[in-house]
Amino acid sequence: MGNFFKRVTIGLPYLWLCLLFLLPFLIVLRVSFSEPVLAMPPFAPQFDLSEGWQAFTDAVSRFTLYNFQFVLEDSLYTNAYLSSLRIALISTFLTLVIGFPLAYGMSRAPMTIRPMLLMLVILPFWTSFLIRVYAWIGILKPEGLMNQFLMGAGIISTPLRIYNTEIAVYIGIVYSYLPFMVLPIYATLEKMDYSYVEAARDLGCSALGAFWKITARLALPGVLAGCFLVFIPAIGEFVIPELLGGSRTLMIGKTLWSEFFNNRDWPVASTVAIILLAILVVPIVLFQNAQARAAEAGR
Amino acid sequence: MKSLGSTRRSFTPWLDKETKPYISFQNVTKKFGDFVAVDNLTLNIYEREFYSLLGPSGCGKTTLLRMLAGFEEPTSGEIFLDGVSLKGVPPHKRPVNMMFQSYALFPHMSVRDNIGFGLKQAGIAKAQITERVDAILKLVKLEEFAKRKPDQLSGGQRQRVALARSVVLRPKLLLLDEPLGALDKKLREETQFELMDLQHELGLTFMIVTHDQEEAMTMSDRIAVMDKGTVIQTGTPAEIYEAPNSRYVADFIGTVNTLEGKVKEKAAGKVKIVGKDGFTIEAATTDQFALNTDDTAWFSIRPEKIKVSRSKPDKQTNAVEGEVWDIGYLGDMTLFNVMLDSGTIMRASVLNAKRTVDDPIGYEDRIWLSFEPDAGIVLER
Amino acid sequence: MNRNWSIFNIVSVVLGFAFLYLPIVLLIVYSFNASKLVTVWGGFSTRWYSEMLSNQGLMDAAWVTFRVGLLSATVATVLGTLAALALVRHTRFRGRTLFTGMVYAPLVMPEVITGLSLLLLFVSVGFERGFWTVSLAHITFSMCFVAVVVQSRLVSYDMSLEEAAQDLGCTPFEAFYKVTLPVILPAVIAGWMLAFTLSLDDLVIASFTSGPGATTLPMKIFSQVRLGVTPEINAVCTVLIGLVATGVIIASLINKRKMVREARIDSKV
Repeated sequence: MGNFFKRVTIGLPYLWLCLLFLLPFLIVLRVSFSEPVLAMPPFAPQFDLSEGWQAFTDAVSRFTLYNFQFVLEDSLYTNAYLSSLRIALISTFLTLVIGFPLAYGMSRAPMTIRPMLLMLVILPFWTSFLIRVYAWIGILKPEGLMNQFLMGAGIISTPLRIYNTEIAVYIGIVYSYLPFMVLPIYATLEKMDYSYVEAARDLGCSALGAFWKITARLALPGVLAGCFLVFIPAIGEFVIPELLGGSRTLMIGKTLWSEFFNNRDWPVASTVAIILLAILVVPIVLFQNAQARAAEAGR
Repeated sequence: MKSLGSTRRSFTPWLDKETKPYISFQNVTKKFGDFVAVDNLTLNIYEREFYSLLGPSGCGKTTLLRMLAGFEEPTSGEIFLDGVSLKGVPPHKRPVNMMFQSYALFPHMSVRDNIGFGLKQAGIAKAQITERVDAILKLVKLEEFAKRKPDQLSGGQRQRVALARSVVLRPKLLLLDEPLGALDKKLREETQFELMDLQHELGLTFMIVTHDQEEAMTMSDRIAVMDKGTVIQTGTPAEIYEAPNSRYVADFIGTVNTLEGKVKEKAAGKVKIVGKDGFTIEAATTDQFALNTDDTAWFSIRPEKIKVSRSKPDKQTNAVEGEVWDIGYLGDMTLFNVMLDSGTIMRASVLNAKRTVDDPIGYEDRIWLSFEPDAGIVLER
Repeated sequence: MNRNWSIFNIVSVVLGFAFLYLPIVLLIVYSFNASKLVTVWGGFSTRWYSEMLSNQGLMDAAWVTFRVGLLSATVATVLGTLAALALVRHTRFRGRTLFTGMVYAPLVMPEVITGLSLLLLFVSVGFERGFWTVSLAHITFSMCFVAVVVQSRLVSYDMSLEEAAQDLGCTPFEAFYKVTLPVILPAVIAGWMLAFTLSLDDLVIASFTSGPGATTLPMKIFSQVRLGVTPEINAVCTVLIGLVATGVIIASLINKRKMVREARIDSKV
């Protein structure tokens, strides 16, 4: 009986993930080696396992690396990858610049209000991503609220063009992912013993010196975690560049989407996805190593 | 004049009117919101002194220390170090170093880097830093641990690193916040003497905060007993123990029997106290004794100053009979809790000078407690 | 450490929260705008709310979203809790590394890839796209989030409780059901709520895996947003924000009350 419960515990989610996560992924991999055709489904070769081993090997022999060659040689795709990386990198940096002072301020706040501040940071997590991005459209549009306000206040005379530019994408990413940055930094700062800073002051550090040498240094694991948590999803972001970035902002998530829905080129879309995953493996592995090291140090 | 207790060495700058105090708190008050942590406090500490602030938690002793280090500014009043006001001087510009209760060893730096941190901060040449760190590592016997991180050290080793880090800068004044609080009893006793030797060797002024009276008694030249933001009494350990100025101090340091009564028959150098329990105590007084007849007073006497006997002693002014209620055998001495006929319990301790006793006192035996008029002290508050 | 809260700290916290909340506040305020132009204030009105309610397409999408959310959150909670148990309890079984990888991978997988891969699966097995495919897709990615939430609670769970239950005559399943589950229930409920909101919010994966007749609310909003900002969308968003915020706040209040109660009991002991 106990053995049965154990088998269910492991077996059910295992089976589910194999069928709905691993298998689909293998299909993507397989389609990326196929050719596009005008049919449904729009790629070839097709194979059916019921047709036996011979049909399978036949199909495999018709696999092609053509899509990879195509994607890697076409500057449209390589530019989209590079621009995704660049946008993710810049946005991560901006998120850190805004998130660190917020996390630091929260960690220094009176004990009694800290739970409330924490809740205020987490709350946007629960509200729809789409809605939060949408909220910025009304603000950033040429005739939007920000321009109305700035022009009304006499700060600018012509409306700022932010909507449908890369800047709007930065704003959207910083805004949407800010909690991912704040929470890990806050967690490390909050449990930091403040007497470290006092000891550094006592040993001759100015307030700023103690901040750099002690506070910032001890918050590093949290900063790293926050940066990865923003950087990794930002690379594959679709909604933000689609809604705020306009047609000229290139990001790979958008490219994949349009390849699939507009061009209906499933093999190329699959290839784009596989290469994107290959790119993402690097930061993910780095992140896991950093986390493992932090867990080791925390023990 | 008889002296109180014993003195280790004749170091009494506070008695010399000519010596200028090294640290001087003048009418210092510190408030946190409505809470008064330190209340109009004036205090002088002399160079090379080992000075203890003793009191229960929340009495303001740590706040006092933190004001000296520069982490808190007094709400009013001023602190002087070597005649210079510390007002507005930030912590890193004060020639004062602190050893933190939690040690606050930087977790991301090795022992060597922790100790060298302050020297590096002061812009001292690398070679010299290495030399000085090596010297101090040797002094605290941690040479082979230089490369370790704080979390790879034992509690005692961490304590020594913290100490080394704060003395390597040769501060004019070293502040120690519960320096031995985190150590176990045995290690604490050993370290007490190490601290005293170190202070003597380096010729530093130590100011230490503790709630452990034994620790304060062992190490200090002088102790300030604090309560609710004010200093109740300052004095040498012997003064504090033998001549407490109040029930609070008498109670805080060691064990004491305190009997309440009214002043009767006041004469030069002596007084009679008629206890609530009915018996009368004849007690010696000093010139400062200010109470009048019929004022309430407290007679306070330490257990070891009470004699225990089976029969009523002759020619003894103060003697009272009671029943043995509890016996606590501690090895070096035995404690007796004796219930007087009035119901009051008094404690007496007897030194076990011999290994065997012919007629040991047992539970429920009736015995006599007696003491000389100057064995206890009359307290006015 | 109240005394360490400097002006700089206060300013950065205030500005940080202003940045986080101002757009949402503006969105809510302009949902009550009488004017059709989103960015011009034309007086207070609730007309967009009534228009929203009479918009059949929107209401249908909301109904689909609600059903998908309910179904997928519930199944995902069961599967995710089982996965968490497997991760914490069973440190040795064949293919554990693969299993762990599959639980964590969807957390960092770009949505476009998850959506694409599931679509390709449904196409290759000839599964008609619609309500069921969206639900399957949502179960798959949100069960991993549930697993992480429940796992973090299970790690600190005292296994001897369950052993005691077995010692007193429970089968392993009974011990789990009667002892462990009640203890970890807050985490399981939090997992359910997370799964539900993830499903409620998802646009990308639903766009890939949904078919005609199963348009979810985010898909509907997205297609309208592409045509421009309208007060009606603001009204829909406001309702969604209100629902989620109420849920989260109620959950945290219950949690807090429970903690206060436990603290009171502790202090009495």
